[in-house]
Amino acid sequence: MATAAVTTEKKNYLNAEYGIRSWLFTTDHKRIALLYLVSITAFFFIGGFFALLIRLELLTPAGDLLTADMYNKAFTMHGQVMVFFFLIPSIPAVLGNFLVPMMIGAKDLALPRINLISWYIYIIAGILYLHCIATGGVDTGWTFYTPYSTMFSNTRVIEAGLAIFISGFSSILTGLNFVVTIHRMRAPGMTWSRLPLFVWSHYATSIIMLLGTPVIAITLILVVLERTLNLGIFDPTRGGDPVLFQHLFWFYSHPAVYIMILPSMAVISEIVPCFSRKRVFGYNFVAMSSIAIAAIGFIVWAHHMFVAGISLYSALVFSFLSFLVAVPSAIKVFNWTATMYKGSVSFSTPMLYAFGFIGLFTIGGLTGLFLATLGVDIHVHDTYFVIAHFHYVMVGGAVMGYLGGMHFWWPKISGRMYPEGWGRFSAMIVFLGFNLTFFPQFILGYLGMPRRYWDYSHMPEWQGLNVLSTAGASFLAVGYLLPMAYFLWSLRYGKIAPDNPWGATGLEWRTSSPPPTFNFEETPIVTWEAYEYESMPLPEEVTLER
Amino acid sequence: MSDSSVAEHTEHADRPELRHHFADEQQQRNAAALGMWWFLGTEIMFFGGMFCAYLIYRLKYFPEFAAASRSLDLKVGTLNTAVLICSSLTVAQAVRAAQMGKRMLQVKLLLATLFFGLVFLGVKAYEWENKYKEHHIPTFDFNAKDLMRDNQHLFGLDKLQNDPHALQVREAEIQQHSQIFFALYFALTGMHAIHMIVGVGVFSVITWMAWKGRFTPEYHTPLEIAGLYWHFVDIVWIYLFPLLYLIDRRPGA
Repeated sequence: MATAAVTTEKKNYLNAEYGIRSWLFTTDHKRIALLYLVSITAFFFIGGFFALLIRLELLTPAGDLLTADMYNKAFTMHGQVMVFFFLIPSIPAVLGNFLVPMMIGAKDLALPRINLISWYIYIIAGILYLHCIATGGVDTGWTFYTPYSTMFSNTRVIEAGLAIFISGFSSILTGLNFVVTIHRMRAPGMTWSRLPLFVWSHYATSIIMLLGTPVIAITLILVVLERTLNLGIFDPTRGGDPVLFQHLFWFYSHPAVYIMILPSMAVISEIVPCFSRKRVFGYNFVAMSSIAIAAIGFIVWAHHMFVAGISLYSALVFSFLSFLVAVPSAIKVFNWTATMYKGSVSFSTPMLYAFGFIGLFTIGGLTGLFLATLGVDIHVHDTYFVIAHFHYVMVGGAVMGYLGGMHFWWPKISGRMYPEGWGRFSAMIVFLGFNLTFFPQFILGYLGMPRRYWDYSHMPEWQGLNVLSTAGASFLAVGYLLPMAYFLWSLRYGKIAPDNPWGATGLEWRTSSPPPTFNFEETPIVTWEAYEYESMPLPEEVTLER
Repeated sequence: MSDSSVAEHTEHADRPELRHHFADEQQQRNAAALGMWWFLGTEIMFFGGMFCAYLIYRLKYFPEFAAASRSLDLKVGTLNTAVLICSSLTVAQAVRAAQMGKRMLQVKLLLATLFFGLVFLGVKAYEWENKYKEHHIPTFDFNAKDLMRDNQHLFGLDKLQNDPHALQVREAEIQQHSQIFFALYFALTGMHAIHMIVGVGVFSVITWMAWKGRFTPEYHTPLEIAGLYWHFVDIVWIYLFPLLYLIDRRPGA
């Protein structure tokens, strides 16, 4: 490696080898991250296409664009593609894969071949799901609720269930790799209390992936068995219990929300100190709140089932626990804000996304408390209020963090700078488009518009807010297409990125951009705390937008 | 793959087992072992979902579960438990043999493990075939008449003899609820059998590697972590056996 450095073109992970085989059989975590990037982007646009169908249908009160059955399939496949094939792998499998080894000073993840296998598993699951879409799709809602999914739906439930079952293994193997890597592969001096918060959050995420995913795996297997062999485990007419399905499903699928949001918080915890030029406020609290979210997140699942016939006492307990999980989330928000306080804040693109994240996640989180309140939940249950709430967390939170992270680390990943002006412009478009899309849905939900309805001609006065929402979705689509366009543009025409374009402190910025195949010329020895921005002067070439 | 070959030439050319990104063998071994332990954690959660369903229905439909459990073949189940415990012993001994550098002993012990694993699967197939003959496989012409005949008192059927309607209702319930037991029985033992089949596959490769002399006292990580997996599958059965075969088996019950 060292000899390559003296030649004119410096060897890095991108130009170390060429050809399709060098990508499909790579065990380099950075290349696998890019494989994931391409595949999840494809699924993001497939999921987005279904979202578009939904929004266009709701533009008018009558059910005119799609049939009722097609609409059921559209929202089901929008949910399943976005949750299982985009959000869950998004930040961990792309940014986490790329960055976790570099941030701890390792040459690779601990189990590189398993990392590659996890991508292949994801692709197999994805192809199976695409086949399911192409041959008629599935209409159970993303939740596969029984007994509808087991006894009544005539769509391709088995195929969709198996695809998601298989994709779960990809998630498990990614989580497994992160946990082992973080435990065993840290560079000398990289103690637990010096770990970047990005790594802490991914550690917490991985634990949820490891302990939650197998439960949905067995749940989906039971649904598939029930459908094929007619077992009756979830069939109320034969002594089975459909609420048991809901318990098992949400035991994974509520923590899965934290699989989506924790990595996004990981990104924000890196961006905020960097663009405030300040040490993160309350490092220990931010780190431990990730672990607390993962732990408490496992014991709140039944708040999805308050009206499903669970006992009042268990509803009270789950309501209380759901309030409790807001505490560590709030700790993070307050600490990020305190980090910015009296900092030297610059308004670069990643920071704009971070601002967006903090505001939107706060709204999403606080409306979650409305839903955790038993009385209010009965009023807004299964309405657009719920839809707006979780889109504020998953799109306003998770996707904002993902985009912010992509901008922050794009110079490291590609070795090129993206155009800052376009970056800031599209960050604003995303923020405005997002709020225009989803804020009206809070009001619609409060007015009583139920989710999953395709025809609201009995309440034509809901049309105005729905038109706003559809208009916002178009803005949002532009806001997502723009970064893709200028990222691709920058690969060829972008300015060559310096090693550390933001003057950031992490280990990943102390190697070249793009990094060499084994990340570092020699294994770094860490003698400093994370986020020492006070003693880190801005490098000469760095200009941050104020 | 090619990057690791580059690394092996530059960094660890003298140590072919040590992969490029590890500093030393100790780190590599610890990483592999920790990975397997966490994987077993996910497996516990995987079976945990079914154990949860089992627990709920056992509490709800205890008489049906007890009666259905008694209809399982206790002798055959006990035999299979013994077979599996023996296989775990031979795996542990094989690891020991690797530590002492005895190649042929390793191979013999691993072959014995494979033998015990296949015996277990064979016995399981025999049991399942009997279930088919007894009409105890859900949906395949499932019939719980024999359970009702043998457990009149447990089901409270003896008290209902004078009330034909109540008797009919209760019998229909028993038919359905005992089917749930067998659904869980097949789901649990089926998932366990799939894990056994995977284990036999893995150990076939391990046996071949041992035969080739790949394992030395210094390096036998694949054998060790495959062994962890095998012990786990064994332990799952140790839980399944009492939960499925031994519900309310006390004398005179």
